[in-house]
Amino acid sequence: MRDLHTLRRKTVNVVMLTITGLCTLFAAGTLVFILGYLFVHGGSSLTLDFFTKLPTPVGEPGGGMANAIVGSAKLLALAMVVGVPLGFLGGVYLAEFGGSTFSFVIRYVTDLLNGVPSIVIGIFAYTLIVLPQKHFSTLAGGLALGVMMIPIAVRSSEEFLRTIPNSLREGAVALGASKAKAILTVVIPAAKNGIMTGIMLNLARVAGETAPLLFTSFGNRFWSPGWEQPTSALPVMIFTYAISPYEDWHRQAWSAGFVLLTLVLAVNIFARAVLAKKKHVAR
Amino acid sequence: MAASSTTVSSAGPSRPAPNFLERLRGGDEAAYLITFIAAASILLITGMLVYELFVNSADARAKFGWAFLFTQTWDPVNDEFGALPFIYGTLVTSFLALLMGIPLGVGAAIFLAELAPPKISDALTFLIELLAAVPSVIYGLLGIFVLVPILRLVEPSLRSVLGWTPFFSGPFYGVSLFSAGVVLAVMIIPFIISISREVILAVPGDQREAALALGATRWETTWDVVVPFAKKGIMGSIFLALARALGETMAVTMVVGNDPKIKASLFAPGYSIAAVIANEFTEATGKLYTSALIELGLVLFALTIVINGVARLLVMGADKYKT
Repeated sequence: MRDLHTLRRKTVNVVMLTITGLCTLFAAGTLVFILGYLFVHGGSSLTLDFFTKLPTPVGEPGGGMANAIVGSAKLLALAMVVGVPLGFLGGVYLAEFGGSTFSFVIRYVTDLLNGVPSIVIGIFAYTLIVLPQKHFSTLAGGLALGVMMIPIAVRSSEEFLRTIPNSLREGAVALGASKAKAILTVVIPAAKNGIMTGIMLNLARVAGETAPLLFTSFGNRFWSPGWEQPTSALPVMIFTYAISPYEDWHRQAWSAGFVLLTLVLAVNIFARAVLAKKKHVAR
Repeated sequence: MAASSTTVSSAGPSRPAPNFLERLRGGDEAAYLITFIAAASILLITGMLVYELFVNSADARAKFGWAFLFTQTWDPVNDEFGALPFIYGTLVTSFLALLMGIPLGVGAAIFLAELAPPKISDALTFLIELLAAVPSVIYGLLGIFVLVPILRLVEPSLRSVLGWTPFFSGPFYGVSLFSAGVVLAVMIIPFIISISREVILAVPGDQREAALALGATRWETTWDVVVPFAKKGIMGSIFLALARALGETMAVTMVVGNDPKIKASLFAPGYSIAAVIANEFTEATGKLYTSALIELGLVLFALTIVINGVARLLVMGADKYKT
C-alpha cells in the first residue's frame, strides 16, 4: 500500500517534470521554426532588386522596396530625435534626482505608457499632426514611433545609471565637482555603453512597428522627399504585400520579413552580448 | 572654482545664501530643472494622449452614449456604430491565447528555473526572449502563410473530438478567432516565460530545501512550495501578457478574418478592436465614422491601462521578496 503510494508520487513527479520539459521544447522550437522558415523561404526569394528598385505598379511582377528601406530609416531617425533625449533625461532624473513620490508617479505612468497599444499611439499622432495638417506625413509617423520609444528609453537609462556604484559619484564630489558635473563627466560616461545598447534595442523594437504607421506615414509607392509627404516603411510593406492577392508580392513580403527580422535579431543578439553580465534588460 | 572661493570667504554665520543665478551657474539647479522637465513631460504626453482620445471621440460619445459598448451594428453607410463585436473578438482571442499560453509558458518557466542546468537554462531563455523581439507583422506573415494552412490540416481531427460543442461548429475558412488566438498564444508565451522564470528563481532556496528535506519529490516541492511562493509574480506576468494580447494589432488583423459578427463558433471569422482601427481608419469618411473609431481606441486604451495597472502592482509586490 505504502509502496503503491510512493510509486504514484514518483510517477507524477516524472510525468509532470517531463511535461514542463516539453513546454520548453515547444517554446524554443517555435523560435527555431520561425527563424528557419523565414531564412529558408525569405532568404531564397531575396534579390538585389529588392534593395535598389522602386515597387512596380500594382500586380506587375518585379521591383523592390528601396523607398521603404529609406523610409524606415528616416522614420527611425525622427523617432530617435523625439524619443531619446526626452527618455534619457527623464531617466537621469529618476536615477540621480529622484526618490520622492513624484518619481514613483513618473515610473508608474511610464510603465503605463509602455503598455499602451501601439495602434492607440498611432491615433494620438494622427490627431496631433495628420488631423490639423490634413495629410499623412513622415513627420507624423516619426512622432508616433518616438512616443513609443520614450518609456523604454526612460527605464533603460535609469537602470544603467543605477548600476554605477555610488563611490564614483562621491569620489567626484569629494574632488570638488558639483553634482551636475559629477553626473555629466563621471556617471554618464561610465554608464554610456549600457545606455547606448538600450537605445539600440529600443530602436530595434520600434523598427518593426506597423500599426502606428498605417494612418500616420501611411505608405507611398514612390520616393518621399522631405518630411512632409507620406512615406513607405518596411513593416507596412510586409503587411500590404502579405494581404494582397499577388504571388510575386507575397514573395517580396517574405524578402522584406527576412531583412527586417535579420536586422532586429542582429541588434538584439549584439545588445545581449554587450549586456551579458547584466540580468535585467528593460522591455 | 567660483563656488570654492565663495565657500572660503563667506565662512561664518553671516554667509549669504547663494542666489538662484549662482546655483544655476554651478549647474546643479540647471541639471535638476532640465531633467525634471523631461520627466514631467512624460506625464504631459500621457495626459495629452488621454485628452486627444477623449476630445476626438466626442461626436460618437454624444450620439451613442454607453450604448456604444453594447450594440452590435457596425454600419458605416448609415452611420450606425456599436463596438460589441470588436470587444467580443478582442476578449475571445485574448482568452484563447491565455488558455493555450499559460500552461505552456508557466510549464516552461518551471522547467527553466527549477530543472534545467543553469547554462542550458540561460541559453534557452536567451532564445525564447528573442521570440519577444520578433515584430508582430512577421507573426502575422507566418500566421497567414504557415499557421492557417496547418490549421486547415488539423481542423478535421479537432472537429471530430470537439465538434459536438458549438465552439467548433460551422465552416472553417482558415482565418478565424481560433487562428488569431493561436498566433497570440505564440506571441505572449515569451513574456510569461521570461518574467515567471525570474520570479521563480527569486524564491529563496531554503524553501525548496525544507520541502525536499521533508521528503517531498521534486515536483511536489515545485508545485506546492515554490509556485505558491511565486504566485503573485506569475499572475503579474500573465496580466502583462494579457495586456499585450488585447492591444496586439497586426498579427490579429492578418488572421482573424475581419468580420464584425458575434458567433459562438471559434472557427468563424471575427474582428478585434485593434484590427478594425487598423483596417478602417484611413478609409473612414465622415466625422462620425472617425470619431467612432477613435472611441474604440479609447475603449482599448482603458482596457489595457486597467490590466497593466494591475499587472505592475502584482509584479512590484513580487519584487519585494527579492530583497
